[in-house]
Amino acid sequence: MLENPTIRKSCTIEQHRIVIDDKLIWSSGPHVPFSDFAKGAFHHLDIDYPKFYKMDALSKLAFLAAEYILQDEDKNELALVLANRSGSLDTDVKHQESIQNTDNYYPRPATFVYTLSNICAGEIAIRHGLQTEQAFFVAEEFPEETIFAYADYLLQSGKAKRVLCGWVEYFQEAYRAVLYLV
Amino acid sequence: MTALKEELKRQIIEVLNLEDITPADIQDDEALFGEGLGLDSIDALELIVLMDKTYGIKLSDPKKGRDIFQSIETMATYISENRTK
Repeated sequence: MLENPTIRKSCTIEQHRIVIDDKLIWSSGPHVPFSDFAKGAFHHLDIDYPKFYKMDALSKLAFLAAEYILQDEDKNELALVLANRSGSLDTDVKHQESIQNTDNYYPRPATFVYTLSNICAGEIAIRHGLQTEQAFFVAEEFPEETIFAYADYLLQSGKAKRVLCGWVEYFQEAYRAVLYLV
Repeated sequence: MTALKEELKRQIIEVLNLEDITPADIQDDEALFGEGLGLDSIDALELIVLMDKTYGIKLSDPKKGRDIFQSIETMATYISENRTK
């Protein structure tokens, strides 16, 4: 993906593994569902943040990747530029199921609030107190040029001192997060 | 009433994904919002859905929710007086 000398740190979460700068930080058993993997990865962080349990899968994935990559990092004037392929489709499908039956019509507010892909960026911002620029792109593949150009603009224009950018994709148990700190 | 309170505690824990909290951890008169269980506005909406779906109570006036959702005690009292299911 992004090949630029200004990358300071990276975090990859896929196939039950969390890797920071090519170093394996944590992994679960290979056959656990994402919800159990995410719960284990969260417990490994040893932080008190009950709202994590209420997030949808995409937000949990983004939250974990951000949490691991931002450990011991300065978050002052940190901007977010994220992208994925499926948007919030995984949660959209769950919401659709909850409103499918007109005789048993009970939409879940807690599900509905996650039917926007950029909510995961919001969860990161809330957790880390970020009040800077945020952008979320939906594209078939990682839009490397767009992401880097946007991050570069934020840095060059002084709108941010650092940018957390990358790919956060989740759809029906298939997941991959690759975040970069530039 | 005691059985209803226990049922409510179990339902709230399940519906609101209150991890690592058991019914025994929730006091009958403990504040559900604010400093108590720390529930938020989305949780309040979930409680409104719970009241409708499980007990057949439709809350049309949101201001009423403030009083009804004060605690397990106030919820149980309102449900026992107004339930249609």
